[in-house]
Amino acid sequence: MIFSKFLRLVPAILMLALAGCSRSPQTSGNGSSSHTSRKTAADFSLRDVDGKTVKLSDFRGKVVLLNFWATWCSPCRVEIPWFIQFEQRYKDRGFAVIGIAMDDDGWNAVKPYIQAHHVNYRVVIGNDQVSAKYGGIDSLPTTLLVDRQGDIAATHIGLVSKASYENDIARLLNN
Amino acid sequence: MAGLMAAALLPAEVAKSGPLSVPAPHKLMLKRGATATAPIRVEVRNGYHVNSNKPSEDYLIPLTLQWGAGQLTSTAVTYPPPTMEKYAFSPAPIAVYTSDFTITAKFKALGTPGTGTMSGKLRYQACTNNMCLPPKTVEVRLPYEIE
Repeated sequence: MIFSKFLRLVPAILMLALAGCSRSPQTSGNGSSSHTSRKTAADFSLRDVDGKTVKLSDFRGKVVLLNFWATWCSPCRVEIPWFIQFEQRYKDRGFAVIGIAMDDDGWNAVKPYIQAHHVNYRVVIGNDQVSAKYGGIDSLPTTLLVDRQGDIAATHIGLVSKASYENDIARLLNN
Repeated sequence: MAGLMAAALLPAEVAKSGPLSVPAPHKLMLKRGATATAPIRVEVRNGYHVNSNKPSEDYLIPLTLQWGAGQLTSTAVTYPPPTMEKYAFSPAPIAVYTSDFTITAKFKALGTPGTGTMSGKLRYQACTNNMCLPPKTVEVRLPYEIE
């Protein structure tokens, strides 16, 4: 009798356990994955401020920090000076930053910002298609670290510490 | 019975988009040619804030309420004073709305007597302590009766 009651509870217990493991895109997170469990970063082809095509697959062999951001996003603005430093510091070791701006106003909003802040890495304007390829980017900033094989090694949703990025980058560059 | 009571306690209609919702405003009663104000209550989910109508930085997207055309003419929209809050991403406190607040909308009845619904668009942009959501728009529907 007691055992049959327990059996009836098993599905509910499993559901609760799974709910606890799932992560909503709204929540901030900081996740690194082991090399074997990494998923391939979806390729995209977008134009930068000079009209040149930026394809993620062209960066294969490099560690890429892929940052979804917007000019109206205050936490995003905190991180951008760090990314400028990372680009400068690690570029020669096979590292690159790509910024994907999600501003509805496109270059009208983004171009003045990247010029005023001397952004030294490639910035493109994102769209719903690219967002969908990455599971629907809603929370900004969302930043992915892509390894030299083109796989997603870490995903950060929301503002995280500069040290956290530096640890990820160092680990991936040394692999 | 308990279910019926719970249903009766719920607002007739709640306009919701993301972490912000607007319970259905009460019907606005006014005489032809007269003016009246409607309180528009706004609720922001715990842990989120929205930029005030006059944000602290020019790059932030302000909260705005704009009414469409109808038998009532919008003559003023008054926003409450913001609270100044400090977040992980801001070196100084910024002007935001959190929790519940009320916008006051003033109308003049220039149309003919009768009933109708004014439609407004509440645009906002919400963030937490460490991330932001894209700007969203909620439709606000205000029922009215001109006597």
